Amino acid sequence: MATTATPTPTPARRRRGLPVVRQLRQAVGLQRGMLVAGLVLTGVFLLTAALADLLAPYGYNQLRDADGPFGAQQSPSGDHWLGTTVGGYDVLSRVIYGTRTALAVIVVAIVLSLFLGVLLGLLSGYFGGWLDRVLVVVCDAVYAFPTLLLAIVMAIVISGGQSSLWGGILAAAISITVIYIPQYFRVIRAETVRIKAEAYVESAKVIGASHWRIMTRHVLRNATRTLPLILTLNASEAILTLAGLGFLGFGIEPTAAAEWGFDLNRALSDVTSGIWWTSIFPGIAIVWVVLGLTLVGESLNDLADPRLRSRRAADAGETGEVTVVPGGPLGAGPAGLAGIEGAS
Amino acid sequence: MTTTTTELTGEPAAVPEAAPPPRRRRSGGLGSYIAVRFLLIFPTIFVLVTTVFFLMRTTGDPITAALGGRLGPAELAERVAAAGYDRPLFTQYLEYLGQLVRLDFGTTLSTNQPVTEVLADFGTATLELAFYALVVAFLVGIPLGRFAAYARDRWPDAVLRVFAILCYATPVFFAGMVLKLVFSSGLGWLPASGRASTRSEILIQTSVENPTGIYLIDAIKTGNGEVVQDVLEHAVLPAVALGLLTAGVFLRLVRTNVIGTLGMGYVEAARSRGVSERRLLRKHAYRPALIPIVTVIGLQVALLLGGAVLTETTFEWRGLGFQLSEYLQARDFVAVQGLVVLLAVVVAVTNFVVDVIAALIDPRVRY
Repeated sequence: MATTATPTPTPARRRRGLPVVRQLRQAVGLQRGMLVAGLVLTGVFLLTAALADLLAPYGYNQLRDADGPFGAQQSPSGDHWLGTTVGGYDVLSRVIYGTRTALAVIVVAIVLSLFLGVLLGLLSGYFGGWLDRVLVVVCDAVYAFPTLLLAIVMAIVISGGQSSLWGGILAAAISITVIYIPQYFRVIRAETVRIKAEAYVESAKVIGASHWRIMTRHVLRNATRTLPLILTLNASEAILTLAGLGFLGFGIEPTAAAEWGFDLNRALSDVTSGIWWTSIFPGIAIVWVVLGLTLVGESLNDLADPRLRSRRAADAGETGEVTVVPGGPLGAGPAGLAGIEGAS
Repeated sequence: MTTTTTELTGEPAAVPEAAPPPRRRRSGGLGSYIAVRFLLIFPTIFVLVTTVFFLMRTTGDPITAALGGRLGPAELAERVAAAGYDRPLFTQYLEYLGQLVRLDFGTTLSTNQPVTEVLADFGTATLELAFYALVVAFLVGIPLGRFAAYARDRWPDAVLRVFAILCYATPVFFAGMVLKLVFSSGLGWLPASGRASTRSEILIQTSVENPTGIYLIDAIKTGNGEVVQDVLEHAVLPAVALGLLTAGVFLRLVRTNVIGTLGMGYVEAARSRGVSERRLLRKHAYRPALIPIVTVIGLQVALLLGGAVLTETTFEWRGLGFQLSEYLQARDFVAVQGLVVLLAVVVAVTNFVVDVIAALIDPRVRY
């Protein structure tokens, strides 16, 4: 699970095991089913990305084999199980290799936004003052802005609209980073402000611990419990933004890598003439990944929210340690978690 | 969250006529809330404008970006100098801010048209699409969300929740393509693209004085039933594609909130008085659960606008989003920047309006 690989170890993890595993034990019935389904979908995605070279019958940019060119818009057959695209590529191979591009974007986006968002949230919440105010205003402004428009601006900046492999991946990943920093920032900042007032932080100050030590040892380690949830949402949002950019023509060239959004863009004209295989399969791939990640994220959120947890789970006598989110459900305010997702 | 008695009946809370005397300077009545919230629009817009301006300029000037390969270096330099892009960046920035204050969002390079004019020409199409999408979202999301809460933890709830997540997980353009494949090229029931057939567009342009740009209103004005039907038929697929995205959010939100209010003390009290479960759901739990929807609509505007760009491109719906992707293809970054900033203003103002409405409905929002 890439989503559980939080680089910062937390005391919570040491005490109660890996975040997702613990919730898997705690969930019952429908919620367990959703969590398991999400984990399975995500697992298949990760395996496909890892084994793409073995699974794909052709290369992602292969146009011909020993028998000659594949031909454009060939319907599914024995040679090409899912047919060929308008550009003459094998659809199945491009769907399979697309998992690698998707995974690369997810990993880069999560690492960057986690690092920057957590760092800024920690500094802002801990020191307060004018820095805090400025950062809150900036983050609120970015938070309310349409994701895709910001991503377009970032894509223009990073790649100038060009589409090399890493240019495209970085454009999508950094766009996601910019959009998701406010979400990590908000959560970590709110937690930091709360934890800062705790007695153990005060005692650390009294014995002369440095600011940095207090921030990393005492505050950060107690503020990271909500992160797995945001991580999964962040990852699924990354995929949707990558696909959206690809669809608008900011994708990665087919010779550089396989990217589902770009393939859908090329398939748009096929749809009118009833050619379905060029659009359906890359589309399903996107839905598959986003669905898997969202199911995991949703289940984590529901298990964190006592109002939504299945009643039987509460009866199982685990109420003592079920709250993943201190101080109630994530995303304070009337909108709750939906507020976070709504913004994206 | 405290429960006030006003929620018992679910009536919109009465707005106190005079605000209670403020004890601290920070808390105040509705008036001061609106004033503060209004002033907050400006830093938001300022931050976005500044960010977008400097980001776009880090790649170089827009003229080189648009014409780089096509003109010689000397001619290019001349064009750049003529447009003022060779001056210090900060001077350009101040001038840009000055333009924005005068509501001048720049002039497109490819069509040499003020961005505000683009808004006037194509904004109504986007507005119309967003409105249809919201209607679909309400019609689908709210009743289904209530039903899911009612059937909590049973199989209809499971189905509906997976449906809600699917709505969110499906990119709008893919949803649009599937709809086109099934209903347009497959079954042939609905048109695949455009806002109206050419015949209807001509009819609207020739027979309607002062067209509003909102095709449905213009079509009704023509008094021709066929044109109205044609316009509506064209709107169905884009509206469903974009609306389902938001419907999923509404469904989940209504479900969560109804489950939340069902657990409240006042609902328990009503239950102990012998109120039927159906009535509890319909009267006591449902209405207060709708309040957060108002707040979330504000955030949905951002989502809808982003989705509109993709939906319009999928269905060749000639609105702002369609124009934006055209400008992107043409590498006309002045137009892109103008539209992005313009949409930022639209989002900021809509959020302000929504927040004020939320404050009118729910006194707890005023802080």
